[in-house]
Amino acid sequence: MTTPAPASPAAGRKINRINLEVAAYRGGRTTLCAGCGHNAISERIVDACFEMGVQPERMIKLSGIGCSSKSPAYFLGGSHGFNAVHGRMPAVATGALLANKTLLPIGVSGDGDTGAIGAGQFVHLMRRNVPIVYIVENNGCYGLTKGQLSPTADAGSALKNGVVSGLPAMDLCALAVQLGATFVARSFSGDKKQLSSVLKAALAHRGAALLDVISPCVTFNDHEGSTKSYAYVKDHADPLGEITFVPFFDDISVEYDPGSSIAVTLHDGSRVVLKKLDDKYDPRDKLAALALLHESNQRGELATGLIYVDPAKPSFVDLLNVVDTPLSFLPEAQTRPGREALADIMARLR
Amino acid sequence: MASDVVNDFSIQVATVNGSGSQTANLVLIRSLFQMGIPVSGKNLFPSNIAGLPTWYTIRANWRGYIARKKDVDILVALNPETAREDVLALDAGAAVVYDAALKLDEVRADLTFYPVPFDELVKPVCPDAKLRRLVRNMIYDGVLSRLLGIDLAEMDRALEKQLGRKPKALALNRAALAAGDAYAAEHLSKADPFRVERMDATRGKILIEANAAVALGAMMAGVTVVTWYPITPSTSVVETLIDYMKRYRVDPETGKATFAIVQAEDELASIGMAIGAGWAGARSMTATSGPGMSLMAEFSGLGYFTEVPAVIIDVQRVGPSTGLPTRTSQGDMLSTAVLSHGDTKHIMLIPSSAEECYSLTMKAFDLAERFQTPVFVMTDLDLGMNTWMADEFPYPDAPLDRGKRLDRATLEKLPDWGRFMDVDGDGIPWRTVPGDGLPAYFNRGSGHNAKGQYSERAEDYTSLMDRLARKFETARRAVPPEVVDEVAGAQVAIAAYGTSHWAVEEARGQLAAEAGLATSYIRLRSYPFTQAVERFIDRHARVYVVEQNRDAQMLSLLKLDLTPGQVGKLRSVVYYTGLPIDARSISDEILAQEREARQRARP
Ligand SMILES: Cc1ncc(C[n+]2csc(CCOP(=O)(O)OP(=O)(O)O)c2C)c(N)n1
Ligand code: SF4
Ligand SMILES: [Mg+2]
Repeated sequence: MTTPAPASPAAGRKINRINLEVAAYRGGRTTLCAGCGHNAISERIVDACFEMGVQPERMIKLSGIGCSSKSPAYFLGGSHGFNAVHGRMPAVATGALLANKTLLPIGVSGDGDTGAIGAGQFVHLMRRNVPIVYIVENNGCYGLTKGQLSPTADAGSALKNGVVSGLPAMDLCALAVQLGATFVARSFSGDKKQLSSVLKAALAHRGAALLDVISPCVTFNDHEGSTKSYAYVKDHADPLGEITFVPFFDDISVEYDPGSSIAVTLHDGSRVVLKKLDDKYDPRDKLAALALLHESNQRGELATGLIYVDPAKPSFVDLLNVVDTPLSFLPEAQTRPGREALADIMARLR
Repeated sequence: MASDVVNDFSIQVATVNGSGSQTANLVLIRSLFQMGIPVSGKNLFPSNIAGLPTWYTIRANWRGYIARKKDVDILVALNPETAREDVLALDAGAAVVYDAALKLDEVRADLTFYPVPFDELVKPVCPDAKLRRLVRNMIYDGVLSRLLGIDLAEMDRALEKQLGRKPKALALNRAALAAGDAYAAEHLSKADPFRVERMDATRGKILIEANAAVALGAMMAGVTVVTWYPITPSTSVVETLIDYMKRYRVDPETGKATFAIVQAEDELASIGMAIGAGWAGARSMTATSGPGMSLMAEFSGLGYFTEVPAVIIDVQRVGPSTGLPTRTSQGDMLSTAVLSHGDTKHIMLIPSSAEECYSLTMKAFDLAERFQTPVFVMTDLDLGMNTWMADEFPYPDAPLDRGKRLDRATLEKLPDWGRFMDVDGDGIPWRTVPGDGLPAYFNRGSGHNAKGQYSERAEDYTSLMDRLARKFETARRAVPPEVVDEVAGAQVAIAAYGTSHWAVEEARGQLAAEAGLATSYIRLRSYPFTQAVERFIDRHARVYVVEQNRDAQMLSLLKLDLTPGQVGKLRSVVYYTGLPIDARSISDEILAQEREARQRARP
């Protein structure tokens, strides 16, 4: 529950650039089902935050309601967290950032929490380009209420109870690109390497970063007929390229064959290097991103990797033009106008 | 002609929405105000941008009774659609200034008629035909100044105050004012008893719409995060606040703001953002009205249960549902007290005046942080959107109360800390905020123990709920107390709140003067109530609870706190037409119930 002080680690223990051990980024013990994709994502978040050396006290973790939304209790125990109401985490995150623009929020949501009850708030979070790492742990069903269809369930996919979705699936990535998110990626809870890279890059990005992470629900939606099962994703994932994330503080140079890779510099100077599988793909091209999503959907495939990025667009808090000190820490002298101000106003009303 | 009636009349101006009569009406009020006469102005308008009938009522009263008066003494009839109906509704003896073309003198014979050829008068004054519609209204101000004896120089001053920055409009309106005055001097002979005389009852006072007073209270409380979604009648709270903040809360050196104001996508988001900001340590607020309050229910419960400060301004309008969006009501009292599911209870502050809209809004921020909970300021459309006299607002005399926000020194002194641990026995725990470097905690709307950890244990739940109840009891001693005016020996008393206050004061005068009935009065200003309410009820035989809703909502809230004996003394007076309550409706109802009680008491 408390912020761990940077201590010198026992010999042989691995520490990060701010002298913290990985334990400083862990949280409480999970209460989710064994094998649930959400748990794997929590582990990747712990690793990514550790490797990036983010300060736990600067991070906040937020969520709505669902199995996925429970998971912030299972990572970053030294960071403030807020498990809010179903579908409305975007508003809470936005408000917290208004209070303190220096915070680094990680939001965790589910496909129901985002695509159904929270669709409205999700739309406006992306449209505002609120600087947040927004992770949808997408299992195509409602886990916590025991297995109903969610809006990301593919048309024709069947639930364990036999109910078949007759409606088209909502593509959260396409929606986010279209709405104005500036970092859009898709990954799979079981793909350690790719998910880590994507998470670290999202942490370095300043703007709305949507991570649509396919995360099988082993209890209600991991059977034949489900397009969000381990087996299906393993067979149908279509990685855009191999992603390497190069944090700006690591003095390493990675050599890539210029003909087959593309590097994008993020807000803090970090770089995402995309080793291309598909020669034509450039994640800075919005139209290409939308076309890719559309085409892979048509083929029944999942495009994974970094789909779209625009590191230059100012974020929501950049546009607010507020003082440098977080509003939550402004002293009274700066927030209560003096006597002359009130006298001035009264004189006009006399 | 009957004997003169000095400084005691109501004027009703009947026009069409969007016809620009606002300037003329404000000049009329302001000139009376400048002459030292207590005055109020109420806009009774439709939910429409242009084209539907609208009435503006001005009340001048030397005693200071500025509630809406039931009967109209002087009608200014400019709306052809409603003119006949408006005239038929008058009491005998009233005066009518009207557009001569409407031929209203044919309708009744027991009124004083003053026909004015508006179109003819406006032509030479305003050569530009397109502007005439706007300038035309100033003519009735000129006519009234002559008929009532309002100093034309005061009208001119008021006009300058209103339009000073627009020289062209000022010149046109001045000419129209003069034309109306000259016409009345030449063609109308005074035949009604109403007139004004200078007084000295408005010295040191201001004229303000109380939504602006709320905005001022918020700014002076040091609000830093404001999130909102437009809805009548709360919109002008935030729009005025934006103006003030731009002027007084921008760092002159850097040009950067010490606040953030965000128009959200709906009220679910506006309160969600306010809660997020309050959790993260900002002084946050949102403003809304009935439909928005309904949407805010779930988050209000979250704020209560997870102990997050935020201020919610509810400018009440007529419900249920969309109801009458531009009419006034006190219809959200009961639902707000318990807004959200489960055992939720909220602190509400209830201003009656512009002064209190300022001071209680400021207080709401202190209470929200002190008690770590959403606090609701319950005003209404009548207060918020109408023009009120007020004493000048005093500069706050106490520093901001940021409540139990932990710092390192305090943390070290505490024997133990958990976010929801009651270390001081007052039900209020200590909190940390993100980014302060102090111990973090996980805030959750689900069951939690004193450390904020997930818990479904019965003992954890009941002890949390009991502590929240204890906190509410602590609040009972910190909220603004009721204002009591006790008359020695009075058996009958009135309890009221909010804008009903003005009509109650006048009704007490009527009861005393016309029926010899002395009444004590308690004005409620908060929920929870203080102990004073019970003691007050104990000292009286019957207490009439006056309110502007159908279901006697405040009476229901009182019942929750009272003994059966005390409840037995409560009577209800309700008024729910959408118009601001008037004194006569109260005094008539109280007398009727008193008579009934006497009859029943007879063997
Ligand atoms: C207002 C409201 N309605 C309904 C619920 C019940 N509910 C809890 S979680 C949930 C669905 C969660 O699905 P998803 O977001 O996909 O999360 P998962 O459990 O699959 O990770 C629902 C409907 C609720 N908590 N609040
Ligand atoms: S029900 Fe599904 S989503 Fe929920 S914890 Fe279990 S596996 Fe995960
Ligand atoms: Mg789900």
